[in-house]
Amino acid sequence: MPEKKIRVLIAKPGLDGHDRGAKIIARALRDAGMEVIYTGLRQTPEMIASAAVQEDVDVIGLSILSGAHNTLCPQLMSLLHDKGMNDVTVVLGGIIPEADIPALKKVGIAEIFLPGTSTQDIVTFIHKRIAH
Amino acid sequence: MSDDSKGSTQTVAPAEPSSSDHRKPSAKEKSWADKTLRPTLAKNPERQAEFTTVSGYPIQRLYTPADLTGWDPDRDLGFPGEPPYTRGIHSTMHRGRLWTMRQFAGFGAAEDTNQRFRYLLSQGQTGLSTAFDLPTLMGYDSDHPLSEGEVGKCGVAISSLADMEVLFDKIPLANVTTSMTINSPAAVIWAMYLAVAEKQGADWKKISGTLQNDILKEYIAQKEYIYPPEPSMRLVIDTFEFGVKNTPKFNTISISGYHIREAGSTAIQELAFTLRDGLEYVEWGMRRGLDVDEFVPQLSFFFNAHNDFFEEIAKYRAARRIWHKAMVERYKSQNPRSWALRFHTQTAGCSLTAQQPYNNVVRTAIQALAAVLGGTQSLHTNSLDEAWALPTEFAATIALRTQQIIAHETGVANTVDALGGSYFVETLTNEVERGAWDYIEKIDALGGMVAAIERGYPQREISEASYRYQVAVDKKEKIIVGVNDFVTKEKPLDILQIDETVAVRQGERLRKLRAERSSDEVARRLNALRKAAQGSENLMPHIFDAVKSYATLGEICDAMREVFGTYEEIAIT
Repeated sequence: MPEKKIRVLIAKPGLDGHDRGAKIIARALRDAGMEVIYTGLRQTPEMIASAAVQEDVDVIGLSILSGAHNTLCPQLMSLLHDKGMNDVTVVLGGIIPEADIPALKKVGIAEIFLPGTSTQDIVTFIHKRIAH
Repeated sequence: MSDDSKGSTQTVAPAEPSSSDHRKPSAKEKSWADKTLRPTLAKNPERQAEFTTVSGYPIQRLYTPADLTGWDPDRDLGFPGEPPYTRGIHSTMHRGRLWTMRQFAGFGAAEDTNQRFRYLLSQGQTGLSTAFDLPTLMGYDSDHPLSEGEVGKCGVAISSLADMEVLFDKIPLANVTTSMTINSPAAVIWAMYLAVAEKQGADWKKISGTLQNDILKEYIAQKEYIYPPEPSMRLVIDTFEFGVKNTPKFNTISISGYHIREAGSTAIQELAFTLRDGLEYVEWGMRRGLDVDEFVPQLSFFFNAHNDFFEEIAKYRAARRIWHKAMVERYKSQNPRSWALRFHTQTAGCSLTAQQPYNNVVRTAIQALAAVLGGTQSLHTNSLDEAWALPTEFAATIALRTQQIIAHETGVANTVDALGGSYFVETLTNEVERGAWDYIEKIDALGGMVAAIERGYPQREISEASYRYQVAVDKKEKIIVGVNDFVTKEKPLDILQIDETVAVRQGERLRKLRAERSSDEVARRLNALRKAAQGSENLMPHIFDAVKSYATLGEICDAMREVFGTYEEIAIT
């Protein structure tokens, strides 16, 4: 029986339009055999949480370059919790100061990928995490 | 190069460069290839089978007169200050006047950025350049629900004329030229700037600066758009028309390749899409009934300076040649001021690494050098910490000093177009130009840039190029020092943190503004704007009126949203 594909929602929260990273990750994960849904730009945490429920995804990949991560990530995590999506793995990529990382992990972001991360490292992380 | 790529190197026959089938090497060159080159390659193969630019463009081993067959220096190179402007748009270039050192700055609330502006001017910076935060770029006030978490983060928060007055407090707009990186709400922000100038008593006919105002590259690359293309283009042409009449020294647009490149395009795509955007604006202006030779002299350009030194220099040289040709041949322009492509350059933000950030000073210096040798009119050098955050004052100072060292210590500003006549640079200039014309003609065939954007053509081309580059980096075919090779562990940098008190301060200021202004007057002027938007008259005077009544940016943009609607792209991945 074919293995069930990992389902990933790639989301761009906030007002920023710089989507180079989000699009590259979407394509790299798809090339790695995952089912990828890309939300498009300027999604509120509510829109992302609803899309995650509707699409029944295993992973949410957030791309934030604007500095709004400390506001947007906790909001999304609490909405996911309210919707009972406690199993979903949420990862974050973008311009994230190292000092902000512990607090982001504390609200439940599984991993933060900084500039320069290879797409293979992200694929490997997701595979390991979902296999568990 | 990493050991992996060395291992995969193959011996290549000393064939003639693949790019030129009609290349006719001299007897001397043939003899060199046979007697000197061939035995060397047999013994020591080259490091790679193929050498390419950062854009993936193939580069040959050696360029000789055989690569420039048919190239006529009088016609193709010319002299500086004369068509086709390959060597620069002024006869003395940087000997006459150095480029403007224009560092992009903006963060927090207006008073924070005002302080940074005054610091930069005190350090010898010669022009201002304003970065706005995302709510401002998207036409939302700081207290809009969608602004939460974004206020003052990527730039300065400007919600009304009151903020703009603080931003330029004690900065004489009669003497300082200011660039403003704002696009969809450009007309509104410009109206605020003009209102401040008026209050300071500065003569509109004399003030100078640059409004980015380039909506096409927003749809293509940076994606900070509000309205659909048609009304957005109308607003742009409204500013052109207003500028011709009222502010003849102001650049009403900065047609930008910078963001196209940052989104992952190649150098040729950056050049082609930017210039085709330029032609689109010219055509829309002409359709409005404006005289080419009246409004085109107020159009300026903005390019990226990426890592590949010679490719960048070739790009700037080719840009001038293409613009001149298009203006004269396509639009029958008679005014040399319309023919000369003036441009600002910013070093490539996307080339900065979060790893080993001090290396970014070196990258930026080399990129800046390319911009100077390419004949830029103004320059922004990025700060070493910008892969992490907006720059600290310390980092921003080094970035400015980098330009001052290039200007005053290296000697590169002592002569005009130092690389002119180089077989390599001239060949690459020709090839980059040809590549750009191919794209320009493709976009012509699609019905112009607006039509091409609606079909997702430039977006898809950039996306492909950006993915190709990422794959090359992941496979170590392209080496990024400190990222995929020469990696070390480092301790974190001290970076600039913007806290949420900015949003609180902005919220209070807006509440006070709304309480103190005449709400009847605001409503009346917003209604007039709404009504004008439904018709076809120039909206600038109405926007100016609304701004002066202290209607907020969000209110003014909303009035136009009601009439124009908003734009959503079809996301391509």
